[in-house]
Amino acid sequence: MVYLIARRLALGLLVAFTVMTLAFMLTRLSGDLAISIAGPAATQADVEIVRKAYGLDRPLYIQFFTWVGRAMIGDFGQSYFFKDSVANLIGRRLPITLTLGLVGLSLALIISIPLGILAALRENTWIDRGVTMFTMVGQAIPSFWFALILMIVLGLHFGVLPISGTGTWQHFVMPGIVLAFTAIPALTRLTRSGMIEAMASDYIRTARAKGLSRARIVLKHALRNAAIPVVSIAAVQLGFMLGGSIVIETVFALHGVGYLGWESIAKNDFPVVQAVVLVLAAIYIGLTLLADILNALLDPRLRTG
Amino acid sequence: MSEPIAIHVPLTTSRVGVAGFTIGIAIVAFIAVVALVGNQLLPQDPFIQDLGNRLKPPFWMEGSQPGHLLGTDQLGRDYLARLAYGARISLLIGIMTVITSGLIGITLGVLGGFFGGRVDDAVLFAITTRLSIPVVLVALAVVGLMGSGLGLVVATLGLLLWDRFAVVARATTMQIRSLDYVNAARCAGASTPHLLIREILPNIASHLAVVATLEMALAILLEAALSFLGLGVPPPLPSWGLMIAEGKDYMFFSPWVIMVPGVSLFVLVLGINLVGDGLRNLLGSERLR
Repeated sequence: MVYLIARRLALGLLVAFTVMTLAFMLTRLSGDLAISIAGPAATQADVEIVRKAYGLDRPLYIQFFTWVGRAMIGDFGQSYFFKDSVANLIGRRLPITLTLGLVGLSLALIISIPLGILAALRENTWIDRGVTMFTMVGQAIPSFWFALILMIVLGLHFGVLPISGTGTWQHFVMPGIVLAFTAIPALTRLTRSGMIEAMASDYIRTARAKGLSRARIVLKHALRNAAIPVVSIAAVQLGFMLGGSIVIETVFALHGVGYLGWESIAKNDFPVVQAVVLVLAAIYIGLTLLADILNALLDPRLRTG
Repeated sequence: MSEPIAIHVPLTTSRVGVAGFTIGIAIVAFIAVVALVGNQLLPQDPFIQDLGNRLKPPFWMEGSQPGHLLGTDQLGRDYLARLAYGARISLLIGIMTVITSGLIGITLGVLGGFFGGRVDDAVLFAITTRLSIPVVLVALAVVGLMGSGLGLVVATLGLLLWDRFAVVARATTMQIRSLDYVNAARCAGASTPHLLIREILPNIASHLAVVATLEMALAILLEAALSFLGLGVPPPLPSWGLMIAEGKDYMFFSPWVIMVPGVSLFVLVLGINLVGDGLRNLLGSERLR
């Protein structure tokens, strides 16, 4: 178990370092950063001043290792636009994105696990087909468009929820629903296939033969086994949802990390862009690690690997 | 390696599966025809503005004009003509992205699966790294920093969406690499490239076709999202995502301006997914992992 965690941790760190390299290269794609920071009205002398001030005159590899070294201790430099440290900016925005992610994931689990179980227990009926249809539709709806529809219906026609902003808990309801829908199809299908497999297994036949109640068989015996892939995918899905929340945060003007990323891209604020990419990747890496550990705890068979 | 491939469960009766497949094919074929010849057949031009005829409603609403079946947008451009042109862009992006990402992913996956060992470790590491990169953010950043354009969007999405191709190519190659017909070819003196291209590839192609439909749907949705956020296909090109973005300011009074391109996008993606699902059922490859 310890060996498993240590190995996964080492892999995670290696991946994180690779992502750092890529994030650094990404922001150097646009050519001369000093020119874009200085702005269109700048003279050659201004550009040179900017280049010196931001350390862009030094060789690339020195810039890279300086950045990596500081990022290790949580110092991501200064934002060009917000005139604040990047760490502060992200620290202030991260709770909003995490709240949105957790609301979305909870909603997704509340909807998809019962649906998946229902479809599995009623396999081959119209209920099952209805659920499959629902997942197909959920997969095909563009999330930003779904967000706009919700705004029109819930925000305008019924007037029950605020259309955009960050102020209260109501501001998280619509974005949470939209985010949940990005994960519901996969989670529902996974629960369904896991339950079908579990219900057909020998230990369920044994449980039946023992005369256990149907509820006990389904909830205690079958679900525990069907839940193993669902738990790991749910953790990974949360990582994907946080990464994908950029679209939803932008539509709803929810000032989280994703919105910050979008703003900084539009303003060429590359220290922020680099840091947001890195933070989202780090969260994903952490969540996959967590998923593997959870899996090992849930399924003793995986503990030795 | 845990990663969220939507696990597929085959539709329960083959009749339902075939019906879905047929509907999917019909949808995709119809949209492809519209994309190919729509703008040649329609008398309206998708780019010509007519500021006197702004935001005219479509035919099922009051105040519509016979010359504009689906109405006009905020600059008086014919919505049907723009929709047809948008189909071209969506399909083009979908197909080009699948070709690019397929090339990268299949190459990596087949090499890793066939050779195993160190090669496979490197491929797995590449897949893990790729999965930890937030796709939308990075795609936005690339387009934002390098300037928007159709080619750049395709290149960016192609470089980002190869992971599922690699995962499936790797897993299926591993399953068949020591089967009799591969060994027979090896004993007959076939070179490694021959083994990979003539023996392995044709036998995993059906699985890869299913992945291709999934990735195509994903690429189309991502392009629409990028264009919606203003960092995808540049105006005045009528990408469906861009049409939704442009209509957003008018959606509370004229909801159809976002309904028309949104429903089109939804139907196209649904059609592609139905084709993918149908293929998977027909090929009997219910477990892709």
